[in-house]
Amino acid sequence: MSGGRRDMAAALPARLDRKMVRDLWAIRLQALAIALVVAAGVAVHVVAAGMLDSLQETRDAYYDRYRFADVWAPVVRAPDSAAEALRDIPGIASVQTRVREAALFDMPGLSAPATGVMLSLPETGLAAVNRIHMTAGRRPRTGERDAIVLLDGFARAHNLAVGETVMATIRGGREQFRVVGTALSPEYVYAIAPGQLVPDPRLFGVAWMGREALEQAADATGAFTEVALTLQPGASEPAVIDALDRQLSPWGAPGAYGREDHFSDAFVSSEINQLDTMASLLPPVFLLVAAFLVNVVLTRLIAMERAQIGLLKAFGYSSSAVITHYAKFALVIGFAGLALGLGGGVWLGRLMAAMYIEYYHFPFLLFELPASIYASSLIVTLVAVGGGAVLAGLRTARLSPAEAMRPSPPPDYSRALGATLARWRRFDQQSRMILRHVLRWPARAAFTLAGIAVSGALLVSSMYFLDAMDAMIDAHFNLANRQDVSVTLVEPRSRAALHEIARLPGVLAAEPVRHAPARLRFAGHEERVALTGAPQDASLSRLIGADNLPVTPPPGGLILSRDIATPLGLRAGDWVEVEITEGHRPVFFLPVSNVVTTLIGSGALINISDLNALMGESDMITGAVLRIDPDRADALYTALKDAPGVAEVGLQNEARRRFQAIMDEVIGASIFIYTVFAGLIAVGVVYNSVRIAFSEREHELAVLRVLGFSRGEVAYVLLGEIALLTLLALPLGAALGAGLSWYFSRAMSSDLFRLPFIIDPSTFGYSALVVVVVALSSGLMVRARLNRLDMVTALKTGD
Amino acid sequence: MTRTRSTAARRFQTGGPACFETRGLSRDFGEGPTRVRALRGVDLTIPAGEVVVLLGASGSGKSTLLNILGGLDRATDGDFRFRGRDMTRINEAELTRFRRDHVGFVFQFYNLMPSLTARENVELVTEIASHPMPAHDALDLVGLSDRADHFPSEMSGGEQQRVAIARAIAKRPEVMLCDEPTGALDSATGVRVLQALKRVNRELGSTVLLITHNAGVAAMADRVIILADGQVREERVNDAPVDPEALSW
Repeated sequence: MSGGRRDMAAALPARLDRKMVRDLWAIRLQALAIALVVAAGVAVHVVAAGMLDSLQETRDAYYDRYRFADVWAPVVRAPDSAAEALRDIPGIASVQTRVREAALFDMPGLSAPATGVMLSLPETGLAAVNRIHMTAGRRPRTGERDAIVLLDGFARAHNLAVGETVMATIRGGREQFRVVGTALSPEYVYAIAPGQLVPDPRLFGVAWMGREALEQAADATGAFTEVALTLQPGASEPAVIDALDRQLSPWGAPGAYGREDHFSDAFVSSEINQLDTMASLLPPVFLLVAAFLVNVVLTRLIAMERAQIGLLKAFGYSSSAVITHYAKFALVIGFAGLALGLGGGVWLGRLMAAMYIEYYHFPFLLFELPASIYASSLIVTLVAVGGGAVLAGLRTARLSPAEAMRPSPPPDYSRALGATLARWRRFDQQSRMILRHVLRWPARAAFTLAGIAVSGALLVSSMYFLDAMDAMIDAHFNLANRQDVSVTLVEPRSRAALHEIARLPGVLAAEPVRHAPARLRFAGHEERVALTGAPQDASLSRLIGADNLPVTPPPGGLILSRDIATPLGLRAGDWVEVEITEGHRPVFFLPVSNVVTTLIGSGALINISDLNALMGESDMITGAVLRIDPDRADALYTALKDAPGVAEVGLQNEARRRFQAIMDEVIGASIFIYTVFAGLIAVGVVYNSVRIAFSEREHELAVLRVLGFSRGEVAYVLLGEIALLTLLALPLGAALGAGLSWYFSRAMSSDLFRLPFIIDPSTFGYSALVVVVVALSSGLMVRARLNRLDMVTALKTGD
Repeated sequence: MTRTRSTAARRFQTGGPACFETRGLSRDFGEGPTRVRALRGVDLTIPAGEVVVLLGASGSGKSTLLNILGGLDRATDGDFRFRGRDMTRINEAELTRFRRDHVGFVFQFYNLMPSLTARENVELVTEIASHPMPAHDALDLVGLSDRADHFPSEMSGGEQQRVAIARAIAKRPEVMLCDEPTGALDSATGVRVLQALKRVNRELGSTVLLITHNAGVAAMADRVIILADGQVREERVNDAPVDPEALSW
């Protein structure tokens, strides 16, 4: 080993470089600890920025190539001729009409019905908007009645291959279809049933079939039920939406919407925003810690090499040569960290891309690093380690050769901050030494403390996500939505339908639901919402107020979730204009009786009888929520698959299980990675602090051993300081972690969900435990050196 | 011959084993061709209560011998007894205990804790010793009670060395091991330090082993041992040790 080292050193031309290689070797563990912190910072940057870039690029290319729509306009049923007039709306680039119809799939091996959507493909040629990407097989041929193309993920979840058959119920008609191909679609990158939280490829399917075949199945011959269109560059989306709504209103248009309200795109965009937050917040923390570590390690090295520096200067090396020498020293560490970070980052990025592609179905997702990320990694590394080195190096520049060659004077404790404070008689002398050492170099102690605190804070804030998810699951499933099954009907039906549903096998309780698309207007703002009418005494699906108790709207009143009320500027007590965008499209004003926070999704709740009265209809429902006997679930599922008029079936337990599983996988992986990174910071800071304290105090510690102090007592003097700083850092880290979590709860909440700011005490406990274990093991690594302390050698020097 | 010995020395000498006894004590450093034999079979008997001066050129083995007797280092070969107890085969913890309870060290470089005041430096030892004297008394013995609250950085070399002596005597050690205690001091200050050592020997009855380059110092010793090439070349008993005040260099 040493021979190899010598060769490596000899290969370098300059004598100073040879010295550098040997010096580096002498402090290799410290250098490694710093390099790992740099690597962690670079890796986080590479993963977050690279993933962000890859996702954005992939999404944009995919959307562009497959002509992802900018605007969707659903209608109840409109004649093909109605589409012609749309082409005259200014700003529209391409228009594609199609038939969209809800379907229930009866999948072999799955007792529950899978909810899904049937979409039409043009009889000839490719769609002008929202093209599909075939992954296997072919498209339906003209006139082929029973041929469908299945969403790739759905087919794979059920092991369905091209050529096999599928049973589906469309508008009550049960038919057998032949799978002729599988495909991906930019509309279903995140394939999720409306109103669901996370995708479940088994329970949500999409199928494409020929236009004529679907027109027939959906009772829409010569008509369409949805228009999708792309906009010309620079066109105004609100203007186009307004024009569409006006022109399509005779055909029962609930209102056109843009990408912002498109479910799949909203999820993809929310993910991209979260990556953006990560990419901008975390890497600077790591690199700041690295800069600090480089600075303290080099400062110590320079202190130990005072005499050598004096000698170099006396030989005629300039100050800048000496500074360059130490800067190179830092750069070697920095580049090692950079290389490790880039390698590790790309590796992690590829793993992450593989995970993404499980949930975000792109035809391709390559984790690629653009040159800009290499450049930014290089620059931040240079700034971090170079900055730390130059600060340390400048100190040597100020030393005159003669001064440098004299041993540095003994540290003067008489004027230190705590000289008098630490005279307190109750301390034993070792504790007094620890305290005085901390107070003598308060800035260094503060940085060490801050480093440990940051590590704790990272742990708290990464585990905070688990707490937030638990709270979300609890609020959504246990408090708000306590139903087992929700049923959505193909179209509004009289209350008699509720009784039919209630009589289905296994149903213990059924509560009616009336959904109606609406627009709320207040103070010049407008929001699209789905009004939910529920009975006054609803016990299954409800909105939950601040005190965790259900809130019900008073007669004639409306309760809104905060995510709807805030953009409108609405507060409880305000009157809001409501336009129902179906049926007779009534417009009326309602008082907002309460604004509540929902963690998942939105809510606009009204009494069902009020809603029906306002719509001028008698007792109508669009669905029901059910509590069921789990033992008879299969019988119920069979009945629902055959029931005419059932469009969608939502299974709450499945949704909950799936949500939990995905959160465990995705968040579990991130927590593992951040725990490792936070651990690296703790190791970097603690190990370097203890190691430097050891080299500074080696002589003192040897003298203590000579005086008859045992190894344990001497270790106390050495490690007591870091123990003290760690203990002080724990509450600080907890507070910092809470602050960071609060920031994440704000920055990562989206239209889809709100992260509650809730931290479980065990999160603080676990984070503290990790920090303590890491500090302890770093301390023990140095303690091994303490055991090898050579008293005789230490006493030969005066220090 | 014993006429001139201090009363304390006589008290220790009546019966009881010698303070230190070595037989064939050897210490090698390194192995193979680079091996250095620092001690080559040293046989010594040092009675309790004496002031013993070790003289010898650089590399003669003085410090190596002192380090082994003080439990800082282990012999490669041979035996060494402290008050009749075999010290060659005791473990690390027992060696630490030995240093803590029985040995006071004074070094050329004072080796004080810079973060502790004079009093606290002494208390560092009194807190762990079994029968210590009050720190104040120890500082008084070396004439530094008025500097008790000063940090090492605020004291002269002589003062620091006297604090080191106070620290060494505060545990009432049976043996004081001093390696060139006056090496870094001027003559007048050196004399004060030697006086302090002599006083400890007289008043506490501690055996004092003192290494020096300075042959003049030998005049204050009860016994003078001269080492050369890792062996005892000469051992003589001083019939009339002088008071350190009479020394100068």
